[in-house]
Amino acid sequence: MHEEIIHTDSTSKEKQNYVMLELGSTPAYGWPAFKQVVKRTVNGELFVGLWITLKEMGKTLFKGGKHTTMYPFEKMPISPRYRAIHNMLRLLESGHYRCIGCGLCEKICISNCIAMETRYDENQRKEVSEYTINFGRCIYCGYCAEVCPELAIVHGGRYETASEQRASFSLFDDMLTPIDMLKQQQEFAGFGSVTPNADAAIKKTPLAY
Amino acid sequence: MGDMMNDNKITLKIDGKTCQAQEGEYILNVARANGIFIPAICYLTRCSPTLACRICLVEADGKRVYSCNTKAKDGMEVTVSNQEILEERRAIMEVYDVNHPLQCGVCDQSGSCELQNYTLELGVDSQSYTIADTARETANWSSVLHYDPALCIVCERCVTVCKDMMGDNALGTTPRGGSELNKELKDTMPKDAYAMWNKLQKSVIAPSNDTGSTNCSDCGECIAVCPTGALVSRDFEYTSNAWELKRTPATCAHCSSGCQIYYETKPSSISDRSEKIYRVTNEWNYVSLCGAGRFGYDFENRTAVKNEEAFANAIEAFKAAKVIRFNSVITNEEALMLQTLKEKLGIKLINPDAKAFQEFLSAYGLASGKTLWNGDYKEMMQTSDFIISVGSSLRNDNPNVRYVFNNIQKMNKGAGLYFHPVGDSLIAGLGKNVACIEHNVNREEAILYWILDKFADRDKLPAEISEYLASFHTKTTKTVSETVMEDVKETVVDETSGESKEVVKKVPKTIQKEIEVDSSTLLEAFDAPVDFADIVEKFLAKKESFALVVGEDMYFHPQADNLANLLALIESTTEFKVAIVPPKTNSLGVALICDLDDDADGYTIGYNEAGDFRLSALGDGDLDMPALNQQEGTLTNMHKKVVPTNAALSYDGYELNDIMNALGLGERLTIDWTKELPVKKGFKAVEFDSLPNRYTNDGAEHRGYMLESQKTKNTASIIPAKFTVNDMSGDIAYRCNPQRQFNEFTAKAHQIFEPFALYVSPAKAEILGQKVAFDINGKEFVLDVVIDEKMSGEIVKLPDFKHSSEIYAFFGKNRFKPITLRKV
Repeated sequence: MHEEIIHTDSTSKEKQNYVMLELGSTPAYGWPAFKQVVKRTVNGELFVGLWITLKEMGKTLFKGGKHTTMYPFEKMPISPRYRAIHNMLRLLESGHYRCIGCGLCEKICISNCIAMETRYDENQRKEVSEYTINFGRCIYCGYCAEVCPELAIVHGGRYETASEQRASFSLFDDMLTPIDMLKQQQEFAGFGSVTPNADAAIKKTPLAY
Repeated sequence: MGDMMNDNKITLKIDGKTCQAQEGEYILNVARANGIFIPAICYLTRCSPTLACRICLVEADGKRVYSCNTKAKDGMEVTVSNQEILEERRAIMEVYDVNHPLQCGVCDQSGSCELQNYTLELGVDSQSYTIADTARETANWSSVLHYDPALCIVCERCVTVCKDMMGDNALGTTPRGGSELNKELKDTMPKDAYAMWNKLQKSVIAPSNDTGSTNCSDCGECIAVCPTGALVSRDFEYTSNAWELKRTPATCAHCSSGCQIYYETKPSSISDRSEKIYRVTNEWNYVSLCGAGRFGYDFENRTAVKNEEAFANAIEAFKAAKVIRFNSVITNEEALMLQTLKEKLGIKLINPDAKAFQEFLSAYGLASGKTLWNGDYKEMMQTSDFIISVGSSLRNDNPNVRYVFNNIQKMNKGAGLYFHPVGDSLIAGLGKNVACIEHNVNREEAILYWILDKFADRDKLPAEISEYLASFHTKTTKTVSETVMEDVKETVVDETSGESKEVVKKVPKTIQKEIEVDSSTLLEAFDAPVDFADIVEKFLAKKESFALVVGEDMYFHPQADNLANLLALIESTTEFKVAIVPPKTNSLGVALICDLDDDADGYTIGYNEAGDFRLSALGDGDLDMPALNQQEGTLTNMHKKVVPTNAALSYDGYELNDIMNALGLGERLTIDWTKELPVKKGFKAVEFDSLPNRYTNDGAEHRGYMLESQKTKNTASIIPAKFTVNDMSGDIAYRCNPQRQFNEFTAKAHQIFEPFALYVSPAKAEILGQKVAFDINGKEFVLDVVIDEKMSGEIVKLPDFKHSSEIYAFFGKNRFKPITLRKV
């Protein structure tokens, strides 16, 4: 049935394969055209389609086949690699936040929306005293999560970025895992996560003890 | 000496590239000047090679040498890298990485780390060595220094720069207490890497006085030269990554050295996005900063706004003004604006520090026939091996002059004489060939006469001066006993053969000898020690290039004019290169540009000074002005250079040029005045934006332009007058700022802690107690007594960085003044 027609295009050097469909001939004048219209109009095919709709309506209404997600009361599960509002993770052992204040996320951010302040704290460590992300500017590219050496800043699933106040989720503490939720803290599977073969790829440094 | 620069050119080949070099230059410096990269960690350009890192290993004429301490020879062929050398270097970097913390993310070096760079450069991707680590605790060495020994690679650059450049000698190495290296490594690992590791494992840096604190001038140069994050400033620590900071090349505003600096800025905080200076950095291979330059950066006028009412008042004040009182912490452009006001509106200009300097320069100019001195500090540092300092408190007045004095001792095998009424143990300890002569006040004339007597070419001296100098000499004969070896002939009988032989033996014999001694009463005039003549003879052995620096005591001196005449005569009749230290930041510029007046009365505008209407960059005046880190312009420094400075921070208020515009005398921008600076005083008609401000790899300074010394109308040869002696009795005050304090601006900076107090020697402090009071023009001052352990003698130092009007008025034309101190 199918005929292979080879078109040669002067602009394209590759062979192009097109398949022509057998569509019959189109009525060319009055009477045959009128016959085609009448045949198609009174054909029962229309009711075959309507019957399927009716059946599905019945299933939905009476047999619990409803698929609507009642947003915002219900939310669809999203991919663990989805890139929405950031999460700041804690160390599982101590509960201390993971961020060491290295400033790499601030540096790599292409929309320049991360800002941080650090200081020398009482324990002679670098402390992150202030940290904000301007979500009005963030493009959720994931570079910050990728560059973070501590797996501290990751993307989370909170994709609703509308709020009465921008400050509602731009502060460090809002993004940080609540301390009582530490046990439920999940590692992020997306950008910046540890590769499955990470252990094998590490070249170990010898130690004297 | 200057001619030597061209005479001893040699040619050598480094990696096949033909390089021209100076005889005696190190291979490393030749390579750097010619754009060839040789890795080196521990070497500092203007200091002696430390030989700690050994990474600059190269092959010269087939032999392995360290390029940092091997002098280039004519026709030498140098290979920077071969397989063996690369293995050595890689092993050295591996050793440096052993036990080095991997928390690079929180390190203040933030990527500008030489350890990191060389580790990557030499491709260290695995570690073959290991040793047990030692516990090393962080420490604060002073109010500004923080040391983390865990990050330290003991390259000793801090130790070297502190000794060879700054002269504080505050740092040294101390035992680390680390474990011994495995002896088997000696045979298995590259030998230079082993030797380096062996040394590294034994030492760590610590203050050299064993007290745990440096007790130094807090210049922070050790922070600048540290290749890792081991040494950081306590204020900067963990506050910013280097890459977040915007670097603005500028000129330090605090003293007349006018060093090139970079202001490093970024927003103050998340909530306050206005720029703030986080630190000051410098090109430490070519310029060394003092503590004021490095830490005294936050003196900006923060709160300034365009207050139209205050501005209108200012215009009225300028219309009514008879006098403008200002100091020399201003740019050349501002000085020119003030001079324009004088010319157009007849306002008198009062500036005590620049006035004295201007008078001194004009006396010098009349006597010498030219406006500027012949010495150059940078050249002195490179070539001089004998330096004399007269009339300057080296430790306090100008840090860079002290660095020059010190560097000559350390690098040029030099000798130095320091003449000053206030004893200083730091200067005395700068080298074994340094003598401090504590003379009575105002004996500078006698000292300059001694220099003439000792060094002047008699044929060039005027007859009157020759006769005058001869009149001090007396020739006496003195009997001295001397031991000579005398030949004694003896007849010895040989025991075996029985033959008698005549043998000549040498026997010591003491004889009395009469010698002629030439003594000069000139030495007594400046209280020289009894063996002064011998000391000088010893110092002068094999010395070729002489330098003389004179300071502020000379300009504030009852015989300032005569001193200027003597200085001109020294310059023309001896081999000395003479350098004059301007008293304040831009005193030289102001002295050249402004036509200053003696004290005048009437309605006074004070610019950063007291007055009826006050313009102030300190934020406390009737109209705000920009501070020197908030404005563009040029400064004239002691190197006789006109150097540009840039605005590091924004400024929202009015500038002096706005006032000039309102008076119909202004230019569009302040920097449009730069090309108007007076050409007949030695300035050039160049645009501000064409002035460079940087150093290149060969150490060449591309900053602004050199002032040109002008000929003066030298009508008749001036014969200096005989010296006079005016003694002071009772307590004597010396107008002198503590280290790191220069003016109200340094006093404002939050990292400069030196208080406005009376600085005294420990012995004097015991007499004075903790607090003293004294009167200046009826106003009582009560000041704390601060012990300066490096001072000696009875004279007390009274700073002028605050209350300058009163202090200058009190001292008048003399930097020394009797003072009545009351215990409180």
